[in-house]
Amino acid sequence: MKAQKHIKWSHYINYVVIAVATIVLGALSIAGVLPASYQIILENIAIAITLAVSLSMVVGFLGELSLGHAGFMCVGAYLGGKTVYVLAPIIGEIPALICGFIVGGTLAAVCGIIIGLPALRLRGDYLAIVTLAFGEIVWSIFMNTSEKSFGGALGMPTVRIDRDYLFVIALVVVLLCLAVTQNLIRSKHGRAITSIRDNEIAARATGINVTKYKLAVFAISAFFAGVAGVLLASSNYTVQSQKFNYNYSIEILVMVVLGGMGNINGSIIAAALITFLDIKLQTVLTGELAVLQDLVYAAILIVIVIYNNAPGLKGFREKYNIKNILAKLRKKNFDPSKSRDDEAKWDRVPTKIQMDEVLSVDVQVKSPYDPDKAGKGDN
Amino acid sequence: MSKVVLKTENLGISFGGLKAVQNLDLEIKEKQLYGLVGPNGAGKTTVFNMITGVYKPTTGKFFLDGEDLTGKGQEAINHKGIARTFQNIRLFNNMTVIRNVLVGLHNQPEFKCSMVESIFRLPRHFKTEKAMRERAKEILRIVGLEDERNNLSCNLPYGKQRKLEIARALATSPKLLCLDEPAAGMNPNETADLMSIVRRIRDEYNVTILLIEHDMKFVSGLCDEITVLNFGTVLAQGSPEVALNDPEVIKAYIGG
Amino acid sequence: MEIIETIINGLSLGGTYAMIALGYTMVYGIAKMLNFAHGDIIMVGGYTLFVTLSGMGRPIVGLALAVLVCVLLGVSVEKVAYKPLRGASPLAVLITAIGVSYLLQSLAQIIFTSAPRMVYVGGQDGLGYVVIGDLKIQKHILITLVCSVIIMVVLSLFVKYTKIGRAMIAVSEDKGAAQLMGINVNMIITITFAIGSALAAFAGFFMLMKSPSLTNTLGAMPGIKAFTAAVIGGIGSLPGAMLGGLFIGMIETIAQVVPGMGAYTVAIEFLVLIVVLLVRPTGILGKKRREKV
Repeated sequence: MKAQKHIKWSHYINYVVIAVATIVLGALSIAGVLPASYQIILENIAIAITLAVSLSMVVGFLGELSLGHAGFMCVGAYLGGKTVYVLAPIIGEIPALICGFIVGGTLAAVCGIIIGLPALRLRGDYLAIVTLAFGEIVWSIFMNTSEKSFGGALGMPTVRIDRDYLFVIALVVVLLCLAVTQNLIRSKHGRAITSIRDNEIAARATGINVTKYKLAVFAISAFFAGVAGVLLASSNYTVQSQKFNYNYSIEILVMVVLGGMGNINGSIIAAALITFLDIKLQTVLTGELAVLQDLVYAAILIVIVIYNNAPGLKGFREKYNIKNILAKLRKKNFDPSKSRDDEAKWDRVPTKIQMDEVLSVDVQVKSPYDPDKAGKGDN
Repeated sequence: MSKVVLKTENLGISFGGLKAVQNLDLEIKEKQLYGLVGPNGAGKTTVFNMITGVYKPTTGKFFLDGEDLTGKGQEAINHKGIARTFQNIRLFNNMTVIRNVLVGLHNQPEFKCSMVESIFRLPRHFKTEKAMRERAKEILRIVGLEDERNNLSCNLPYGKQRKLEIARALATSPKLLCLDEPAAGMNPNETADLMSIVRRIRDEYNVTILLIEHDMKFVSGLCDEITVLNFGTVLAQGSPEVALNDPEVIKAYIGG
Repeated sequence: MEIIETIINGLSLGGTYAMIALGYTMVYGIAKMLNFAHGDIIMVGGYTLFVTLSGMGRPIVGLALAVLVCVLLGVSVEKVAYKPLRGASPLAVLITAIGVSYLLQSLAQIIFTSAPRMVYVGGQDGLGYVVIGDLKIQKHILITLVCSVIIMVVLSLFVKYTKIGRAMIAVSEDKGAAQLMGINVNMIITITFAIGSALAAFAGFFMLMKSPSLTNTLGAMPGIKAFTAAVIGGIGSLPGAMLGGLFIGMIETIAQVVPGMGAYTVAIEFLVLIVVLLVRPTGILGKKRREKV
């Protein structure tokens, strides 16, 4: 019983860490000791975490690749940002920001459902390309709006919310996003979602409503991307639509992948680390040198994905896995193939994602064991 | 006369010009153990695919408890009460054994708990989770996998994976359970064990069972009635002794 | 006359897209992966051309070198990044390909900086015009059109009538069975990457002939558009890629001529993609595959 309690507690460690950080940093900010540059870093980290956690729902748990996450963010940034801009002089900054979250998030969620509809018919690479197309369509539409409505190529002016407390609000959004995502994933609905990822045909045969869950995941994920967009709009004086092109979507995807697919805590750490490095390195690597960073990220991405997925490295992975080595040190007769407790597995879903099952030729059904068809000619 | 659970009328499907199954008339009565046998390519799995909604039949209809389910989707048919296993095992490989069964319990009315309730962690969430876990253990006990419940399903040996698939299908509390070659790849001991499990499932859960199998000992030892298919048409129907000794059937198997 | 000019321009642009789309579609058909880095091979070809021309080489020498460099690059990328992942989840392969794409782009930026380089394939003044009656068509457009038609015909004949081409079809149908029939699957995959990369080099040449400005993102957007073309045509199908390429080329050219539409070119192209995929998920000429249950 005690062991179980310990494991349960570890489920909530990410909330605790972020909540404590929010309170401490918020207090420092009120006291006026937190430098503005750190406030800005914190805002950006919170935005990145929200994006990464919401994307990991689609990629890590539903098992569909979305390359258009920045598109949802764009919808939120423009429509939510506009709401804040219009309402702020009337009802004050904070209530306007909350209205902005609701408007931006909801409209992004509607887009999520619209883009989730093809997800019902398409899988894998095809869906990836449709989401990419969606993202590109969204920003190019805002790019061509008139100056009066959404600013067009010049960008849309937004309300810069006071940086003394915007990061606190952003961290609260992170906590909310985390709570929704984790509570959903660690419930019967989460099981249904991961069952679709693991084997869609079996999930259907087991009576899982695939349509409902796919749309729900796309909607929730898009909602938080939209909210992150509103945050981004509120941490700047303008929003530029080009920012939301597919490079941004891929940047978010990189965070999810580096954090370990389906590992929420990993995504959080990766998002925070990458954002922090991005901002810190901006001052060190100036001009043409800035690209060195991209080079290193790309190289790390390739190495990590190959290391984690190459079939040829399977034995090596199991032998030299930090988690397994630690567990071995703790317990002598530890078998890595056995998980100790079902609960502990909830947020540690393996990265193997079967995609492209329905549409492609390369269906990798485990070759059915061909039994010696005994008795076939007996009678 | 006990009531008819599954009834097919003139059921048939063709892929392009190939008539995979034609004129299939089945009548499976409550609590019956019904076998579907035939050489490879006879259309047995296609029949399963039709009555579980994977393929839409091109001709005919099928009824569960008198309700026409022809053309309904896989999920809807499962909700109405037909569950199945697959010839090439389809487990949720990244999940533990017990979670596979828990997914099967997902739609049971007694475990209803909306997404909102789960997200906000309302009391019903915890109550359902606990109850589902208990029920899942109970189902695993029947197929003898209770001790394996925290292992990843992909690490189970082949025979146990087949049993787990049965458990998952059973968890959806079906009226009709369709087993596609449940004994394939099992040794004689495991097969005998499986036979007793299938009987227990039928008796304890009041389900009707339709199974495809090549192992004739398994079929004749277990089934009350069988249908023999060849090239998509019915060769013989009746009790295993009668149907398997039908001259047409012997010809189909031995050739000539 | 303007209409005919627009059609010729569209076909020519479509030819360039078709070159790239063929690379995508062949690799997808055979290695079953979306080679996201394909567009960046074009860019590498472009820089090779730039280096050759700066060294006073003739354009044709530059093209030959670009083909060589692209083929070597394509094959080595396959060996280093994709081969270890054969049999892994398609998502892992796709993400690796995205990584390779970024790697190539940032490498190019480190070497050549982000400032655009001018590559004048036909000299500073371009190649001039061909005048047929009332028609006045730029020469490079005709060259692109003619070359791409020739390449497509040669490629189709190659796949249909040579031993290697037939082996490619076999591998795309069933890798395992092809291997059992004695086909060296690894070699076929290498050859596919080589052909795809060579086509990318040609595409880069055509693109620079049209507009001489070269940056490290030269291939990124055309790459995505060409992939769209391949998907619209039905991925894995060679005629599909050609058709899709021409289709996208025509849409783009027409959108730029119609007043008020130019700004929405990209949106229109992607909208067409989404509609096609929703109506016919396998594309116009793609084959439907059914998973065995």
